[in-house]
Amino acid sequence: MPEVQIRKRVLLVEEIFHEGGPVASKPLRRAAALVVIRNPYAGGYVEKIDDFMDDLKPLGLEMARSLVAALGGDPKVVEGYGKGGIVGAAGEIEHGALWHVPGGYAMRDVLGGAKAIVASTKKVGGPGARLDIPVTHINASYVRSHFDAMEVGIADAPRADEILLALVMTTGARVHARVGGLKASEIKGEDGLR
Amino acid sequence: MNANIRTKIRKIVTFVEETHTEMGRKVDPPTRRAAAVAVIENPYAGQYVDDLSELMTIGEELGELLTQRAVAALGIEGPSAESYGKAAAVGENGELEHAAAILHPKLGTPVRRVLGKGAALIPSSKKRGGLGVFLDIPLGHKDAAFVRSHFDGMEVRISDAPRANEIMVAIAVTDSGRPLARVGGLTKEQIKGEDGLR
Repeated sequence: MPEVQIRKRVLLVEEIFHEGGPVASKPLRRAAALVVIRNPYAGGYVEKIDDFMDDLKPLGLEMARSLVAALGGDPKVVEGYGKGGIVGAAGEIEHGALWHVPGGYAMRDVLGGAKAIVASTKKVGGPGARLDIPVTHINASYVRSHFDAMEVGIADAPRADEILLALVMTTGARVHARVGGLKASEIKGEDGLR
Repeated sequence: MNANIRTKIRKIVTFVEETHTEMGRKVDPPTRRAAAVAVIENPYAGQYVDDLSELMTIGEELGELLTQRAVAALGIEGPSAESYGKAAAVGENGELEHAAAILHPKLGTPVRRVLGKGAALIPSSKKRGGLGVFLDIPLGHKDAAFVRSHFDGMEVRISDAPRANEIMVAIAVTDSGRPLARVGGLTKEQIKGEDGLR
């Protein structure tokens, strides 16, 4: 099994106090953990790649824990999450898909069994490519106040033979959420949707 | 956040970068740098104002707040910081001089207080730009500007800032130089630390 080789890590934390409206009593915080790894399949078509998902599991857990730590250390404050990846030019989009299982399950584990599917996106791109990572409520995908997105990117990554992996966690609704829909207080929490 | 801060902050973003390898070669220990960036309202947006003292006071407050944030993000004590830099991007309704008022008169003193020392000039850059503008924060050793291994830069960007009436203010702090620095010059072990240069 290929080894996970990390070139760099980046941690972003945003604290949002207001966006032109009333100042939030508790600022919304959003954090992204980014890790740049070598793509073991860069440069040619490899048929069997799914073993690499197991290799990525420890990294996923480490990134998920680093996000909880960046948000203060208590997993209970996390209300939204998302994930994504950017595959360098010598790879294929399918390499980005390797991140779905280890990235998603890592966050659910660390958050104590979150129910909703982890929203995600991915693409092939060059150094400095930006990725808008979708964010939804961790227990009920339809919670409208928590539909959000966080833009991430690293100036010098991914190089052609690299993959940039990203996980995002947030502490709440958009700072001035007011377009109705299912509220976090109304979640039934059975199916991960409502 | 400091309760008496007069600055109107919309958001604060912190960035931490760790480099573990370069060209397949291990960087041990990893080089680390952090930037703390505040997005504030520009009190002088849309008008020419002669006296920019309010922005100078804002610069003083942000100097303390952002340096504390950057150092905390690295998990180090201030005196362990090795290099630093500052930068600002003014939204389209402001002038470059507004960035200068924040960065140059009063911001440096609290930065140096948090870091314990800081004999060297704090390298800086500034620009006017729209949402998502890239800021390249120059970096230099905090006690001796000529330390060649610590000449560096850190790029930061916030996708929704600065709006026309806002200013983005950034402070970057590191606990290391470039990964695998090997172009000679003054090393950090040779610092005298008297004149801020060598």
